[in-house]
Parts: sequence; C-alpha cells; structure tokens
Amino acid sequence: MQVSANTEGPALHGGSIIREIKASGIDFVVSVPDITTSEGLLRPLAQAASPKLIRICKEDEGVGICAGLAYTGKRALLLIQQTGLLDSINAIRGVAVEYALPICMMVGLLEKEPGVPPLQSKRYGVRIVEPILDAMGIPYHEIETDADLGKIKPAIDEAYVASHPVVLLIGRRPT
Amino acid sequence: MMKRDECLKALARHVTDADIVLPVYSTAFDWIDIRPHPLNYLSHGAMGLASSHGLGLALGRPDKRVIVLDGDGSLLMNIGTLVTIAEAAPANLFHFVCENGTYEANGGHPIPGRGTVDFAGFARSAGWRSVHEFSDLKIFEQRIGALLAERGPVFVDLKVVPSGPQERDYSRLHGPHVRKAFREALGKS
Repeated sequence: MQVSANTEGPALHGGSIIREIKASGIDFVVSVPDITTSEGLLRPLAQAASPKLIRICKEDEGVGICAGLAYTGKRALLLIQQTGLLDSINAIRGVAVEYALPICMMVGLLEKEPGVPPLQSKRYGVRIVEPILDAMGIPYHEIETDADLGKIKPAIDEAYVASHPVVLLIGRRPT
Repeated sequence: MMKRDECLKALARHVTDADIVLPVYSTAFDWIDIRPHPLNYLSHGAMGLASSHGLGLALGRPDKRVIVLDGDGSLLMNIGTLVTIAEAAPANLFHFVCENGTYEANGGHPIPGRGTVDFAGFARSAGWRSVHEFSDLKIFEQRIGALLAERGPVFVDLKVVPSGPQERDYSRLHGPHVRKAFREALGKS
C-alpha cells in the first residue's frame, strides 16, 4: 500500500482539491459532514451546481449509493471522516473489496496533527487508519499539502479503470 | 396478513423488462424463482444497504424504475435511508418492505418493536411523497399497477406472515456471475 506523507508546504487549498475532483469526472459527492473538510471542501461543494451533493445520514449508506452509481457509469466520491470510515468497515468489506467496486473515499483525519504522518500521530484514532486499510487491501494516498494534489485524479481514474476502492486521506484542514 | 410469495407474484405481473429490482435475503430467494432476470440486483454486500444501492441506481439511471424489495429487519438496520431518499427524492424509486416481524434469514428471531413499529409512519415522517400499507392481497393486487405509475419516491409496507423453511444458496445472490450479468444487462438496457 502506498504511504507517502509530504510534510513540506504549509497549506492545502480546498479550491484546488475541488478542481481535482472535477477533473476526475466526479458526478456526485456523497457526504456526512467532517470537521476537517467542512469549511474548505464540503461547504463550497454544497454551493456548486456540479458535482451534485447527496447528503446522507450514515457513512455506510454512502458505500451502497456509490456502488449503485458505479453500475450506471456515474462517478462518485464519498466524503467522510475517519470515524465514519471505521463505522462502515463491513460495508466497505462487502461492497467495495469483495465485490471489487470503485468506491472512492475522501476521508478527513479528525485530530491529526498537521504535518505529522498518520502513523506517527499521537491520536490512536488516527494511527490505526492506515494499518486497517493495509489489512483490508485497500490502496490509500495521503493528501497533506498542495504538493499532494496530483495524486487525486490518478487515484480515482485507477479505481474506476481497475474497479477497486481507494481512500484519499486528508491530513489537515483545507483552507 | 398476506403471504410474501403471493405479493411478489402480484408485483411481478407489473414489472417490465426495463425495471431494476433489488430484493433482499428471503425475499430475494422467492423473487429470483418468481421472476428470474438479469436486471435483478442481488449483491448488496451488507445487510440493510439495498435501498442505498437502489438510490444510487435511481440517481444514475433516472430513465428506469428502480424497485427495492426490503425486509423489515434490514430497513431497521439502515433506517436513516428513509430520510436520505426523501431528500434526494428520485421520482423513479419504489421501496417495498416485506414486514414479517422477524429476522427470517437469521433464525426467525423477532425484530425489535415487532408489531408496534410503524414503518409507514417512519416514511411519512421522513418526507416521502407517497406511502402505502397493505395487509389484504386482493386490495394490493387492485392497487399495485396504479401505485407503480406514481411519481416517486414511493414507499409500500406489505404486512406478511413469516414464511416457512427455504433453501438458500447464497452464491445465487453474491456470486461474481450475478454482478457480471447485471452489469452487462444494464449496459444494454
């Protein structure tokens, strides 16, 4: 699994992430609010006409919604917090991994210290995320600064071409 | 109270070759014998998620009717789906719940709130456009055609008795060949 924390550069810009999301052909963003991405990502996405935002009550719902959309040829991004990722592990196991579907997840890492790789976080709830994804065989990418933005579109394209899930870990609050 | 298989046979008479149908667990095994079709979407991956898959299909293919055949235990496991679907409001989504009061595929244990939970009330409170309840087969048979012509989302609670023993070969629901057949059929449809 890929781990490549980039701790250089002070900022991560939400507008730049949104440009990458749009460049990736995402038709729908499916989301439960996450405090890391709330202001920099979700709020501007909610004000945009495209991609269409679907607000959900619980993250595992989103796994099913994204799966249904995938069969229709529509691309979707599940925008959630790592607590929701952890809560949805069975759905991700069954739908995304065992059925080999392109469930693309952008996951805000609640309470991760900016510039600190997730594995080195002092927060238990942050440190366990990547080992769990490794155990599940799900590829992931760390998005810590603008220097990491170039990972987004190739990761989403690869997920749809090869039909497998992918997780994009947002390591600090986008501005 | 009605028998589930009789309800499904009545429904099948109104389902067209263009429709997508998502049945769950015990209902799925009844349905694939009553109406085998490649546009049956059978692989939901985790209990409770059929209506969420259905919402994705309905949003992605607004030209097709999407019919979810849920269970009461399954719906309780993902009850927020009623709110999500009501807000997204896909006009082509029809959500049936076979309410038999039991986790039939997991030993027949009662669901929490059996006999007191009001599924139609949940749907109304969540903001569904159209909500129906049936406990009489003849009335259901009379109404089902018009109901499927309504603008969705439409919620239908079918009061049914628990069914007897059933042979359950889960490879008929979760096998890779099932998803491949669905994908190919949807691509051509």
